[in-house]
Amino acid sequence: MTPLSITHPLGDWIRQQLPSPFAAIANGLIAVIAIAMLVVVTAIFLVWLERKVCARFQARLGPTRVGPFGLLQPVADAIKLLMKENIRPRTVDQLAYFLAPLLPITGSFLVLIVIPFDHNLQVLDPDAGIVYVTAVSGMGILGVLIGGWGSNNKYSLLGSMRAGAQLFSYELSMVLCMLLIVMASGTASLRNIVLSQQGTILDWWIFKLPVAGLVAFLLFIVSSTAELNRGPLDLSEAEQELTGGFHTEYTGISFSMFFLAEFVNMFAAAGLGATLFLGGFLAPQIGWHPVDQLLAFIPGFIWFAAKAYFLIFLYMWTRWTFPRLRIDHLLSLEWKFLLPASLANLLLAATLVLFKWVIP
Amino acid sequence: MPEYILVGVFALVGLMFAGAAMIFSRIVAPRFPNQGQKLEAYESGEKPIGSARIQFKIGYYLFALVFLVFDVEAVFFFPTLGVLRSIGEPGGLSISRIAIWAELFFFIGVLVFALVYAWRKKVLEWE
Repeated sequence: MTPLSITHPLGDWIRQQLPSPFAAIANGLIAVIAIAMLVVVTAIFLVWLERKVCARFQARLGPTRVGPFGLLQPVADAIKLLMKENIRPRTVDQLAYFLAPLLPITGSFLVLIVIPFDHNLQVLDPDAGIVYVTAVSGMGILGVLIGGWGSNNKYSLLGSMRAGAQLFSYELSMVLCMLLIVMASGTASLRNIVLSQQGTILDWWIFKLPVAGLVAFLLFIVSSTAELNRGPLDLSEAEQELTGGFHTEYTGISFSMFFLAEFVNMFAAAGLGATLFLGGFLAPQIGWHPVDQLLAFIPGFIWFAAKAYFLIFLYMWTRWTFPRLRIDHLLSLEWKFLLPASLANLLLAATLVLFKWVIP
Repeated sequence: MPEYILVGVFALVGLMFAGAAMIFSRIVAPRFPNQGQKLEAYESGEKPIGSARIQFKIGYYLFALVFLVFDVEAVFFFPTLGVLRSIGEPGGLSISRIAIWAELFFFIGVLVFALVYAWRKKVLEWE
């Protein structure tokens, strides 16, 4: 376990300058501000990216007017959402209706703090990092269920019931894929998982475990798409059937809290995928010294961002390419295909690890 | 344990982040007096018929029961699989690899049996 707050040189410098309780508070404050900024900037950038990618897939241009390349469009959207009238229907359950938008974004904050962005850039590194991630990512489900029930609207109720079934079903295969990495690396701390992939590209867990790693990566991508409530698996808010799903009754800023959490969670899930399978902040090495030095010269957080945004592009790609599944097909996909497949994959990987058929 | 204080701090920060945005919006957003049926629940533009507080068949109830089995299994797996690498190595557990391997197969086999049972009983059908 790392000491309280960031282990960056900056953190050490502050610890030298100030007596210990104040240093801890100062470091904590820096971490809070950094993560809050990350949440806001990521959300704004991802909204822009989603609209651009979607537009390109549909042979359009996307936002171009506000700012260079339309980059300020999400800022304008955010201001608009803030200035919208807050309509609270007469029949809602007050407490549940107010509580629900707060929970998903809290969940994404809690996931972001354990993700290692660079060698020294991680707020908290629990020994049981993976267990922690699976625990706190459940908060999003709570927000959806509470909001859907509290809205007292039939569409919301249907949407949240579907979301409940979908989210916990896909959690299974996602946990099994993460378990595979815990088994292969022998640690559940996210930082140590990254460090266990040191070396060339072939040392990333996606390639290092023959076959099993690649299969686990694909299963992880599919099940995290469902966990993120994104198309083609966004059954809980299927507009054509359920108008808005669980957030039908939410307007203005309370709606945008769900929206924001969805985008930040996408970044967190992509970051998790990059950490587990693609070597996280480590530079890809090819085994030829001059090139390797050049690659290692690029800072870790850039590699991290590049890998995470590659996965985000995969999510967007599938979203704008495939049609939405039906709810019974969706559940069949998980229970009759993904779950048996991930169990079999886990056994295969266990055999590989146990009998040392992995590059050590 | 002091490290986990940060988890609490960030939970609070997350709640405050969303709460502050909502309070700020409450201050700056315009309010228009209620005209007609603005405050009714949305039901495709019609007047809502009844409330959504109805007896509802929770379609995922049986899924949740099966889920529980596999989730508990995952919890058991975390420590077990975490030490798998160190088996037979100096400093690691000294158990026969074959025995561990057979046990893993047996354990997962029991779970697969449960899954097949649920499947045959048509638990895994929505509605």
